[in-house]
Order: sequence, then structure tokens, then C-alpha cells
Amino acid sequence: MSVSGGGLQARFTGRLGDFTLDAELTLPARGVTALVGRSGSGKSSLLRCIAGLTRLNGRLVVDGQTWQDDRHFIPTHRRAIGFVFQDASLLAHLSVLENLRYGQRRAKHGEAVTFDAVVALAGLDGLLERAPGTLSGGERQRVALGQALLSQPRLLLLDEPMSSLDADSKAEILPVFERLHQALAIPVLYVSHDVLEVRRIADRVLTMGQGRIVDTRAMATAEQAFAGFEPDKIRRLALAAHLAGLDPA
Amino acid sequence: MLEVIWTTVKLAGLTTVLLLIVATPLAWWLARRRTWWKEIIAAVAALPIVLPPTVLGFYLLIALAPSSPLMSLLHPFGVRTLAFTFTGLVIGSMIYSLPFAVQPIRNAFEAMGERPLEVAATLRATPLDAFFTVAVPQARRGFLAAAVLVFAHTVGEFGVVLMIGGAVPGKTEVVSTRIYSLVESLQFAQAHALSLGLLTFAFLVMLAMLLIERRAGQAAS
Repeated sequence: MSVSGGGLQARFTGRLGDFTLDAELTLPARGVTALVGRSGSGKSSLLRCIAGLTRLNGRLVVDGQTWQDDRHFIPTHRRAIGFVFQDASLLAHLSVLENLRYGQRRAKHGEAVTFDAVVALAGLDGLLERAPGTLSGGERQRVALGQALLSQPRLLLLDEPMSSLDADSKAEILPVFERLHQALAIPVLYVSHDVLEVRRIADRVLTMGQGRIVDTRAMATAEQAFAGFEPDKIRRLALAAHLAGLDPA
Repeated sequence: MLEVIWTTVKLAGLTTVLLLIVATPLAWWLARRRTWWKEIIAAVAALPIVLPPTVLGFYLLIALAPSSPLMSLLHPFGVRTLAFTFTGLVIGSMIYSLPFAVQPIRNAFEAMGERPLEVAATLRATPLDAFFTVAVPQARRGFLAAAVLVFAHTVGEFGVVLMIGGAVPGKTEVVSTRIYSLVESLQFAQAHALSLGLLTFAFLVMLAMLLIERRAGQAAS
């Protein structure tokens, strides 16, 4: 399974409700980038802007194509994205199979991602005839991922796909997301606030705060920064973070 | 008697089909738009609920009479008047039952929320495509409720059909107006038969509505 891509360059500015988004980011042509930050920092809003679901002023180039600038705004349905929402991203009136086919049938270019490959990657065999309402949370998100991949995206956007799952469902779906960076040759942007998840899935980490990207680093560097720390110091840091309103766990 | 029943069924059926087509875009607009003045439009569309049917019928009679400005626009097409015609009756019934179509469909569209349409858009469905493949199927219970209500409400109307239809036998006379003229001429046996028929029909409609709502409730939980 390989899709070629040329990365993403984006900048968005504007007011959304009671905060201002002013974010600039660049993603490489492949690899999983985690977007972290406390809730309300604008992570999901940024993701929605990239998908075209929310419209702010800005510029967005994906794989050499301009999706948005001062004069153009390509609507969501003409952007080659895959989007997995926090919850309820399946079409409730269709079976799992019909959900998977919905985007596949409407994909404009190529069959780089095949049905069988997706079923194997996300472990969907045996679920195909089911109705979304009968699936567990973990199963639902695996189907949602499969649905997004089959729409032949050039950019995959995941909005806290595991935040509403219990520990068992998370354990079941994490390996699927871990396989993503080997399986896909497109940029993946992954919103999360779970450090453990990010450690296992991401290659790079972007940190957002108050509508801005405040930090960008490779996962390895981020880990290195804390490599030599004593457990006691880590505990104190965690406590400090907690008191500052962050949730290190 | 059969003729009257046939006119009634034809009127109710035609009104239901045409009204669903007209009310759907309006319900969609009301459910999706966020402008302050949309509730004014919604109030106008809901007026027939509280307006006396004779008032509505009176205005329609004037609008559909040969001398009205509206009809003079249709004169070149050979249409002189729609008052006391079956077409006029259909138009009147559509306006009279408009809220019973708009409200359930609007509610169903609103209950569905934004998400299914966003999902469809991220899966490359154009807005029109998403409307027919996602919004309409997901709001199907609203459409079903609207169809049942409009059909039943049209069968049960009296004031409007009398005002603009005039109860012309074989053309615009329906069951409810026939019952009235039967009672006026003291033919109680026939009035009983037709009334019992409408009573049974009304009961079945309410039962159907409750079952639809119960199934909708079960699906939602």
C-alpha cells in the first residue's frame, strides 16, 4: 500500500468562538505527526480548518496542490483527505461494508489503497455485515479508519480517535495505528492528549497552546530530553504539570 | 358515496406527494440555516395550525378567483380560475397542511446533526449527493411521520375545502363535506356510516404515529 505525497504547508488565522487561532505548520510527505496540547488549545479547530470543515483565513498546500489561499477555497468534498472523528464517524443507516464502500466509490484518483488491504490492516473481516450501532467503540474506530483510508486520501487527519474508548478498546486499536506509518506514504496528523498513545504512534510531536503551535520536535528528541531523569524528578515534573493545568497521565 | 371517498383519497394522496416535495427544501433550510429571521419564515409556515380554516379558505378563494392578480397572470395560459376546482382544492390543502409536513421533517434533519454530513463530505460526497444518500435516509422517520400526518389532516379538513372547493358533487365534494350535507338533509344513517369510517381511519393513523415514534425512540437509545 503506497500513496505518494509531497507534504503539507499550512497557515490559518482567525477568531473561533472565544479564542484566536494563529497556527503555522509544515508536515513531511510521510510519517505520523502528533498534535498535542491541553483541551481548548485549538488542536481540533486546526484539524477542521485543514479539512475545510471550518473556514478561517489562511493558506493550505497539500502535495503541491493549493487547497486554500486568499482567493481559493476548495470545499471539503473536493479535498483528498481521510478524516476520523472523535466519535460517530460512521454513517448509521449503512452497514460496515456500505460505509467502507461509500468513500471508496467516490474517490477521484486511483486505487492505491485496496479494499482487501484495508480489511487486513484494520482487522475488519467478520464485521462487514454488521450495523454501526452494534459495534463496540474500538470496532467502530477501526471501521472509521478503514473508511477514511479507502477514500484514497493524500492526507490523513485523526481527531482524538481513541479518546472516547475504554482501556481494552484502546489496547485493541493501538497496534492498528502503530502500523500506519509503515503502511502509508502520506502525511498523517494525529490529535491526541494521551502521552502514551503519542509515544507509540507518532514520529514527530507538535505542541499547541492558545491557538498557536508552540513547539515542534521529533519524537526521539522529545523522549531524549527526559531520558536521564530520576523517577522522583519525573514525578515532581508530572505534579508541576498537573498543577499548571496539564494532564501528564 | 364511493365517488366521494375516491375524491377524498385522490386529494389526500396528491397533496401528500406534492407537499413532501415542496416541504423538504423548506424544512432543510430551516434546520440548517443560522439566521435570526428564519423563525419568521417558520412562523409563517406554521400559521395554518392556529388560523381558522375559514379564514385561510376565504383568502385562498379571493386569490384563486378570476379577478385576482394571481389568476390574471395565468390567463394567458388559458386558466381563468382555480376556485371550485380540484386543482384549487389541492393547492388549498397543501397550504393548510404545510406545517404538518415541515415540522417532522425539520425535526428529523435537526436531530441528525451536523456530523453525518461532515462525514459524507470528508468521503467526497457533494452536498447534493450527501443530501440524498445521507440526510434523507437518516431522516426517513420524519418523512414517514409527515406523510401520515399530511394524508390524515387532508382527509379531516373541512373549512378550507368547503370555502375553496364549494363541495361540487363529483369534483370537489369530499367525505367531510358530504357528512355535513347529509346531516343538513337529515340522512343520519349515511352520515353515521361515513363518520364511523373516518373515526376508524383517524384511530388507525394515531396508532401508526405512536408506533413510528416508539420505534424511533428505540432506535435512538
